[in-house]
Amino acid sequence: MLDLKGYGPSLLEGAVVTIELAFLSLALALTLGLLGAAAKLSHNRFLRWTATGYTTLIRGVPDLVMMLLFYYGGQVAVNSLSDALYEAYQIDFFFQFDPFISGVVTIGLIFGAYMTETFRGAFLAVDSGQIEAARAYGFGRWLTFRRIMVPQMLRHALPGLGNNWQVLLKTTALVSIIGLTDMVRVAEEAAKAERSPFLFFIPVALMYLLITAASELFIKWLNKRANAGVVQGN
Amino acid sequence: MAANSPLICKDIHKTFGDLEVLKGISLETRKGDVVSLIGSSGSGKSTFLRCINLLETPTSGEVIVHGDPIRFKTNRKGQRIPADNRQVELIRAKLSMVFQSFNLWSHMTVLENIIEAPIHVLRVPRKEAVERAEAYLHKVGIYERRNYYPAQMSGGQQQRAAIARALAMEPEVMLFDEPTSALDPELVGEVLRVMQSLAEEGRTMIVVTHEMAFARDVSSQVLFLHQGVIEEQGTPKEVFDYPKSERLKQFLAPNF
Repeated sequence: MLDLKGYGPSLLEGAVVTIELAFLSLALALTLGLLGAAAKLSHNRFLRWTATGYTTLIRGVPDLVMMLLFYYGGQVAVNSLSDALYEAYQIDFFFQFDPFISGVVTIGLIFGAYMTETFRGAFLAVDSGQIEAARAYGFGRWLTFRRIMVPQMLRHALPGLGNNWQVLLKTTALVSIIGLTDMVRVAEEAAKAERSPFLFFIPVALMYLLITAASELFIKWLNKRANAGVVQGN
Repeated sequence: MAANSPLICKDIHKTFGDLEVLKGISLETRKGDVVSLIGSSGSGKSTFLRCINLLETPTSGEVIVHGDPIRFKTNRKGQRIPADNRQVELIRAKLSMVFQSFNLWSHMTVLENIIEAPIHVLRVPRKEAVERAEAYLHKVGIYERRNYYPAQMSGGQQQRAAIARALAMEPEVMLFDEPTSALDPELVGEVLRVMQSLAEEGRTMIVVTHEMAFARDVSSQVLFLHQGVIEEQGTPKEVFDYPKSERLKQFLAPNF
């Protein structure tokens, strides 16, 4: 294994942090995206407005600003909540807003907004006859959603999801700014100490490339599965 | 009598905004009836069919399936909606529908399409559902295509698969919404032949159709709709051989 002047192992540890952060954020973003899309398409005006407010706000503010806001602002909010709870009910509640959690929450929230739009468009693209057939055969709402809408929606959503995932993965590099030792942070410190940026940043770039290339293959495979039954070039 | 009737509709009205599409349509079927609904486009025949399984909610009037009247209530906006969605789901499961554009689920193979609702709605064990599906696939003549996706088949084969999907629910009444209108002319015959064999088995069917020969040869009752009312109804002989109203005479004229 590459030693990289002794920084090799900590770079690898940083890579693990990056991957963990990316997958946890992705899980949060997918959940928020599905909920957001469901809210935007619902008949309930309050839900629609809430979801629209969420996507408008998040997509309009730079990722970095959001992240700083959550990291510093998040802790302040937790502190005042904890004070208030203690004063009012003697409940001892405290919660350390560490950089990892701030990173997951921020990235999840940001990409949840993009996923909301991706899922919303994909749900709208499902042919209404497919849903009507489900209703006509006695499917309830949840069964229609699970058995018909989600599998059909995925066909339309996957290209957008793949794109979002790649941008999300690269956005994790921002957490180095709030002090999380992901692989970018490790490389930056090593590069400064050793005065050799190429030696450390090129492996980092290659690592990102490796992950994105692997995900591209995975998404291609998913796409093929989701598009079973679609005649190509039709 | 009423309790044994698979389907009774009483004075169905349907309004879309200011447009009154159905102005009081009633229908009573006996087991084994084949009712053909004929009429020009816009006469309301498809809307009536969709009111039967509540794909459209009738503005007023009653739908009674095997003695069980569908219950309605009024929502805050003053619209009439079904009182109990679960009841509607159960009733729909007894009234399977065949659509003009087939509407087979495109992400499932033919076999998966046919077992889907029996397994998830009727809670039939998978093995039994597959056996049942295979029997119906043989019946409609596409058993060898069971593992194809809908998009890999011709329109006629897709519609026969859709009929097998409807049969697999073992329904009280089958609803056909212009089942041959989206087909190339040379494929119409294969679908009509399947429908005719179902009629001969004594299945209760309600068919919206433009196929006058089918309506005449296969139905037990024919309803001619015009501008949202039943203009004329009777046996095929009465309707086709001795039409009374001018409108029906005009409607039938080009077909002779």
